[in-house]
Amino acid sequence: MTVSFLQFSSITKKIWMALLGLFLMVFLVVHLGINLCLLRADDGQWFHEAAHFMGTNYVVKIFEVVLFAGFIFHIILGIILQLKNWLSRPVRYRISNRSVTPFLSKYMIYTGGIILIFLIIHFMNFYFIKLGWVKSPVPLLEGGEPDFYQGARWLFEQPFYSILYIVLMAVLAFHLNHAFGAAFQTLGLEHNSYTPWIKGFSTAYSILIPLGFSIIPLYFLIFS
Amino acid sequence: MNLTLKIWRQPHTRAKGKFITYRLDDISPNCSFLEMLDILNEQLIGNDEEPVAFDHDCREGICGMCSLYINGRPHGPDDAITTCQLHMRKFRDGATIVIEPWRAKPFPVIKDLIVDRTAFDRIIQEGGYISVHTGGAPDANSILISKEHADLSMDAAACIGCGACVAACKNASAMLFVSAKVSQFALLPQGKVEANDRVKKMVAMMDELGFGNCTNTYACEAECPKLISRSNIARMNREFICAKVS
Amino acid sequence: MAELNSKIPQGPVAAKWTHYKAHQNLVNPANKRKLDVIVVGTGLAGASAAASLGELGFKVKIFCYQDSPRRAHSIAAQGGINASKNYPNDGDSTYRLFYDTIKGGDYRSREANVYRLAEVSGSIIDQCVAQGVPFAREYGGMLDNRSFGGALVSRTFYARGQTGQQLLLGAYSALSRQIKLGTVEMFNRHEMMDVVLIDGRARGIIARNLITGELERHFGHAVIIASGGYGNVFYLSTNAMGSNGSAAWQIFRKGAWFANPSFTQIHPTCIPVHGDYQSKLTLMSESLRNDGRIWVPKNKEDAEKIRQGTLKANDIKEEDRDYFLERRYPAFGNLVPRDVASRAAKERCDAGYGVGDTGLAVYLDFADALKRLGKPVIEERYGNLFQMYEKIVDEDPYLNPMMIYPAVHYTMGGTWVDYELMSTVQGLFVAGEANFSDHGANRLGASALMQGLADGYFVLPYTIQNYLADQIKVARISTDKEEFVQTEKAVRERLEKLLAINGTKSVDHFHKALGKIMWEYVGMGRNAEGLQKAIKEIRELRAEFWKDVKIPGKLDDLNIELEKANRVADFLELGELMAMDALERNESCGGHCREEYHTEDGECLRNDKDFMYVAAWEYKGPGEYVMHKEPLEYEEIEVKQRVYK
Repeated sequence: MTVSFLQFSSITKKIWMALLGLFLMVFLVVHLGINLCLLRADDGQWFHEAAHFMGTNYVVKIFEVVLFAGFIFHIILGIILQLKNWLSRPVRYRISNRSVTPFLSKYMIYTGGIILIFLIIHFMNFYFIKLGWVKSPVPLLEGGEPDFYQGARWLFEQPFYSILYIVLMAVLAFHLNHAFGAAFQTLGLEHNSYTPWIKGFSTAYSILIPLGFSIIPLYFLIFS
Repeated sequence: MNLTLKIWRQPHTRAKGKFITYRLDDISPNCSFLEMLDILNEQLIGNDEEPVAFDHDCREGICGMCSLYINGRPHGPDDAITTCQLHMRKFRDGATIVIEPWRAKPFPVIKDLIVDRTAFDRIIQEGGYISVHTGGAPDANSILISKEHADLSMDAAACIGCGACVAACKNASAMLFVSAKVSQFALLPQGKVEANDRVKKMVAMMDELGFGNCTNTYACEAECPKLISRSNIARMNREFICAKVS
Repeated sequence: MAELNSKIPQGPVAAKWTHYKAHQNLVNPANKRKLDVIVVGTGLAGASAAASLGELGFKVKIFCYQDSPRRAHSIAAQGGINASKNYPNDGDSTYRLFYDTIKGGDYRSREANVYRLAEVSGSIIDQCVAQGVPFAREYGGMLDNRSFGGALVSRTFYARGQTGQQLLLGAYSALSRQIKLGTVEMFNRHEMMDVVLIDGRARGIIARNLITGELERHFGHAVIIASGGYGNVFYLSTNAMGSNGSAAWQIFRKGAWFANPSFTQIHPTCIPVHGDYQSKLTLMSESLRNDGRIWVPKNKEDAEKIRQGTLKANDIKEEDRDYFLERRYPAFGNLVPRDVASRAAKERCDAGYGVGDTGLAVYLDFADALKRLGKPVIEERYGNLFQMYEKIVDEDPYLNPMMIYPAVHYTMGGTWVDYELMSTVQGLFVAGEANFSDHGANRLGASALMQGLADGYFVLPYTIQNYLADQIKVARISTDKEEFVQTEKAVRERLEKLLAINGTKSVDHFHKALGKIMWEYVGMGRNAEGLQKAIKEIRELRAEFWKDVKIPGKLDDLNIELEKANRVADFLELGELMAMDALERNESCGGHCREEYHTEDGECLRNDKDFMYVAAWEYKGPGEYVMHKEPLEYEEIEVKQRVYK
């Protein structure tokens, strides 16, 4: 699989990169929706229901596989493309480039890398517990399922973790800010009539989603 | 004006190069950048040193032969011009100017500031044309082309093939160059016939030659002396997808 | 070789080309593969010829000194390309284009060639459109035309201010296609150093690989020179820095006669000279004269104040301005042909009415057009030119009138060729600006592109076959043959000799000195005394060059100074020939203006009785040239005084 991956033209790789990115962005909206249930003062009832649904519904389970594949290919493609880009200029300039360009676009591999680290931490804290690979820091629910509501509370009530989480959400915002518009450009969807809208939506999306996620640790920090 | 120049000197492709510092005094601000280098070379010849080799030809911003990465910008600190159109009034008196050759794997240094850009020719040879033979063309007005499309095509066709887009891009990507040619023909009915084949072949050659890929940073657009728009890159991506799925 | 045979086909001028094509010899497709053609130069003529010949099946090798064939200086042509399509329905026809070109050339060009040029002009536009050249269009989708100097119709097709670029890229794309197909082999960064003659026929060239400095031998059954003009003999010109006359001069030394060397075009609308360090002059398209009005102050005192900087152009009142072109030539006004406009500007400046720091400039004013059409229209028509002007001069042409002055631009003279574009050496063809054939003593705007492409696409692919048809039995000649070895040796010796001088002055020093002599005495205004002086001074300068030039670096390396020195050495001979030719021609015609010969109202005074000929010079030795005459006969056109009033 990876061999034929490498044989794809640069544009094909980028198109996949863009499609997967957009798919992951849709996932983020769903994820945020569930997370926001944490904020409801019902001791996690809604959250548990949502988590239970996500954990047991077969359609969701299929999507889970697709989602993981999406993440993995997005990351692998990103690395392959970046390696090729580094190799394209074996001798660097003495004076680094001073062209006027959108600032964040130059650091996608770095923001992406940081998000990857976050993803690993995130998996340790939640998904791996569900798989039973990691022991839950809080007692299990009655049915033997992990209690992610209490788990999240436990994490977010630690100021270090919360601040780290918020900082990482800012990095995610940087990544998304460039990613959204760039994905459309890569897919060839560019026109005077809608490109400004995409740009506006991109900015709004890249601020609102990470902000939405960040509200939760802030909430727990302040009200715990 | 008095200037300090740090110029990349490299005797030939395989040699190791290095920066050498030169002082140059009494330069008129109305002097063009290349005329300033001419003056430096006169000075070097006078001192029994070998003059700095750099590419240039028309000196009016159209042939695309001049290059130079000046203080971190291809074609230097001004917009929408080539190096030969850059004037010394854009620098302050006493400035230090660092001059480097274009840097990209497909553009090896030949000598000093001269690089080999035949990679661009090879991309064009893959499909940067409409396959018509001489003679037998229908009357020019038998093909109607809307002014809008003709103008957009001309915008793309204005590319001078200088390579500033590659030099500026953090990935040494040639997407702007390739997409300008693909766009020029994609916008014209004459070019539609071979459009699918053209975009696939040109992109394949671009990859094969070792250019990087586009990360939508748009330094190319910012440095293009002919203001070729990034929308050409989007158009090429679109053409590429259509070519792949049809 | 003592007699010139222009090989003009029989019959009325309109039928000559058809007749020629119907009766010429052709090469069978299977034999074309066995025939090699060398093309030197990748401009409009060279690239289009190579592409067309490769397509026909010949094996072509093409050479250029630049890093890519796309850089040839045809790319810098701005305004447009003429064709007698009569799309605007304003009365154009093949005959009218033919007539305008002959008249514009002041009756010093060959009728049959010019008629053929006009005849194929329409096909060029068809060909370029099919190639995807994005010419300007009207809203309905049809091609747009604009008017140019010397014509009463609008027949100029254009692609913004970059027509030359677009046409060249069209030819380059056709060439690229053939390179990919393997019919054409490209040698970039190669410079022709000499032609190789075997039994009196051109059979190849010696080229120098400009990267390694190596000398290479290349065989061809025929050789096409399309190396452009030699305007850089003036040092300051609108030519590219590398443009040179060396290929033409090499073949001249080998027996290809040089025609009308003194016919030089001085373009009226260039940005004036501003300093000693200046390396080149920038042209502003002639199309600017469609809307711009040329003037100088009516009063000398005002001009004086402007030169001193105490008065600005905009301070001069309307009634104190002298729109001298409109005054002298009411019918054509600002759109008179280039030679006429240039001379009129020089006349005003010489009389003390010039503006700018140096007094060597006149105004090109858009104030009226801006008022009439508004800034957006002017911007759309000339935006890139205005921007270019502002970048160079650092002054906003929307607010202040532009300053312009004539500059050397094009050379109508060149290698003598017959109707088939073959020089006096068998198998040696010359195309585009490098030959002399179509523009007489003055070229009309937008005609150079037409001629380059006509030669390459539609003339050479036919005429060269007439020559090659009887060459099919000649097997490819080994480049180890004595003639190749000897020619290469001579080239090497010359380059070694240049390097060995190791004097004290740079090549540019000599080039600038030559340019000053040429501009002073062989420029816009020429007279016997000055020309004699020029010949003497050039000879002295040449002697000094061969004693005192300093060229650093080595032969077998990329050596830019050596490249330049070799070209300047040729210019130092060519310049003398130009002066000699100008001295011989005791008349004024087109771009050749002898101050002794003018009418009472200051116009050129031709002498058709004694000088209605092409002066073809033969090389006898350094500085020894003999002139031969090809009489010009006008059958279809009545020869008149050229009036634009």
